[in-house]
Amino acid sequence: MSEAQSNSTTEKCIEIRNMNKWYGDFHVLKNINLEVHKGEKIVICGPSGSGKSTMIRCINRLEEHQQGDIIVDGTELTNDLKNIDAVRREVGMVFQHFNLFPHLTVLENCTLAPIWVRKIPKAEAEATAMEFLERVKIPEQANKYPGQLSGGQQQRVAIARSLCMRPNIMLFDEPTSALDPEMIKEVLDTMVSLAEEGITMICVTHEMGFAKKVADRVIFMDQGEIIESNNPHDFFDNPQHDRTKLFLSQILGH
Amino acid sequence: MTEQTYAPGTHPDLPPPSDTIGLIHWLKTNLFSSPVNSVVTLVAIYLLYLALPSAFNWLFIDATYVGETRKDCAQEGACMAFIGERFNLFVYGFYPAELRWRVNLAAILLAVAGAAVLWDKIPARKHMLKFALAYPLIGAWLLSGGFGLESVGTHLFGGLMLTLTIGVTGIAFSLPLGILLALGRQSQLPIIKYFCIGFIEFIRGVPLITLLFVASTMLSYFLPPGTTFDLLLRVLIMVTLFASAYMAEVVRGGLQALPKGQLEAADSLGLNYGQAMRFIILPQALKISIPGIVNTFIGLYKDSTLVIVIGLLDPLGIGRASVADSAWLGLSTEVYLFVAVFFFISCFGMARYSLYLENKLNTGHKR
Repeated sequence: MSEAQSNSTTEKCIEIRNMNKWYGDFHVLKNINLEVHKGEKIVICGPSGSGKSTMIRCINRLEEHQQGDIIVDGTELTNDLKNIDAVRREVGMVFQHFNLFPHLTVLENCTLAPIWVRKIPKAEAEATAMEFLERVKIPEQANKYPGQLSGGQQQRVAIARSLCMRPNIMLFDEPTSALDPEMIKEVLDTMVSLAEEGITMICVTHEMGFAKKVADRVIFMDQGEIIESNNPHDFFDNPQHDRTKLFLSQILGH
Repeated sequence: MTEQTYAPGTHPDLPPPSDTIGLIHWLKTNLFSSPVNSVVTLVAIYLLYLALPSAFNWLFIDATYVGETRKDCAQEGACMAFIGERFNLFVYGFYPAELRWRVNLAAILLAVAGAAVLWDKIPARKHMLKFALAYPLIGAWLLSGGFGLESVGTHLFGGLMLTLTIGVTGIAFSLPLGILLALGRQSQLPIIKYFCIGFIEFIRGVPLITLLFVASTMLSYFLPPGTTFDLLLRVLIMVTLFASAYMAEVVRGGLQALPKGQLEAADSLGLNYGQAMRFIILPQALKISIPGIVNTFIGLYKDSTLVIVIGLLDPLGIGRASVADSAWLGLSTEVYLFVAVFFFISCFGMARYSLYLENKLNTGHKR
C-alpha cells in the first residue's frame, strides 16, 4: 500500500544530487543522492556519526554542503540568502532537544514566526496556533512557559510550532532520543497522525516500530554514505547489505 | 514521632516537623549551628554593641546640623552643618543659582523617563518610551541651554548633577553600543569582526584616566584648528566608549551561554538575522548578562569621579575642595561620609533593581 502511495505522486519535493560535505578535512557526507516525492515518508537510520543528522540539516541549510546540488520545492540551495529563507519557510524542523524558546510562552513560541515571517495578523496566528496545539493535544498549556512542561509535552509543542508555519516538508532530527521512555509514545503518536495527513516527512530515528508503521522508504546510512534504501518490508525482512544486517541485528536484537 | 500507618496510595501530605521552620530554626541553622559559629555570633554582637552606640551618638545625638562656621559645631559630634551649608554646591556644582530650576526640571523629567524604561507597568508606556528616547536631547538642552534658553558652559557643571549627567549618559549609550560591538565581534564579515575586536581590546587595554587626558588635551590636536569641542562632551564620549567595550564582553558572555539550538530553531522557522537576534537571542543573552551589565553600570558610575583629573568637580571633587576651606578645617570624615553615602545609595539601588529584574524575567527554565 505504501508503494502505491509513493508512486501515485511523482512530483519531486526534494532532490539531492552528488552532494558532498566536509568538516575541515573530515569527509562527512559522501556523494549523497536522494529524491523525495511529495507526500513521501522517509525514515533514515544508521549508527551514530554516520551523517544522518548532518544530511537532513543540509536540507534547510543549517549545515552548508560544499559540492553537488540540493533542490527543495524547486528552489536550489546556494549562498543566496533569499533562497535559503524561501526554503526555510517551507520546511519545518523538529530537533532532538526541542529548542523551544524558553523566554516565550508556548503560544508565543507558536505565533512568533507566522507573525514576523509570514506576516499573518496576530489574532489569526493565535487561532492557528491553538488549532495545532489541540492537534498535538496540549491546548491547555498555551500560556505556560516551556520550562514548566514535561519533555514529551515540549516536543509536541515543538511539532506544533513547526506546523504553524504550514510547511510542505517536515524534518525530524531524532525527535524521541532525549525523552523518557514513557513519553516517547505520545510524541510518536503525534507523528503518526501527522504522517496520515499526507505531509512530506523525513525522519531520523531509531524507532523501528515507527519506521515499519509509517515509512514509505527506509534509508540506512553508514560513514557518510547511503548504504541501502528500500521499502520497510524488504528493508527489515530482507536487508541486502552486510552492514545493514549487522546494524539491524544490533538494534532489533533484544 | 507519630506511629500512624496508612494503606499504600492513601498517604496524605503532612506538614513539615515544627523544628524545621520558623525563627528558632533560622537562628539555630544560621547563627548557632556549631560551637565555633556560636562564639563568632556572640563576638560579633559584642563588637556591634561597642561600635554602634558611639557611631550613633557621633552622627545624631552630639552632631550639629545647623551653623555658620566650624565654631558653631560641638567638638565631640559630627559637624553636619558644613554639609548643609555646602549642599547646593554638592548638588549643582557651579551652575548659576538663578538657573538651577532647569537642573531640577531635567532631574524630574529624568525620573519620568527612567520610570518608563525601568518599570513596565507604567500607564501609556508606549508614549512614555518615546519620551524616554527623546530625553537625551531634552536633558542636554535644559542643562546646557541654547535654542531660546540662556547658555550655561559645561565647565560650570559639577557635583551630583555632573555625576548624574556622566552616569546616565554612559549607561544609556554604552549598552546599545556594547550590544552592537558584541554582535559585531561574532560577525562573519572580517572587516566588522576585526574592527570590533580591535576596538574592544584597545579600549580595555588603556586606563580610563589616560582616555580622559586624551579627551581633555590630545583631541584638540587631531581636530581642525579653531574647532571648539565641548570638554564635557568629549568626556561623555570617552566614558561611553570605555564602558561599551566592557559591556560588549559582558554581552558576549551571555551570547555564548545560549545553546546553539536556539539560533538553529530560529533559522529553521525562517526568521532572518535581525528577527532572530531581536526576538530570540538578545532577550535571553541580555537576561543572562544582567548581573554583569549592572556591574559595569556601577563601575562606570563610580569611575565618573575620575573626571577630577581633568578639572571637573563631581561630589568627590567638591568634597576634596571643601575640606581645604580654612573656615571649616578638619571635617574630612563628615565630607567623605556624605559622598560615600550618596554613591552607596545610587549603586545599591542599581543592584536591587537588577535583582528585581532577574526575578521578573525568570520563566522557570533554569531547572
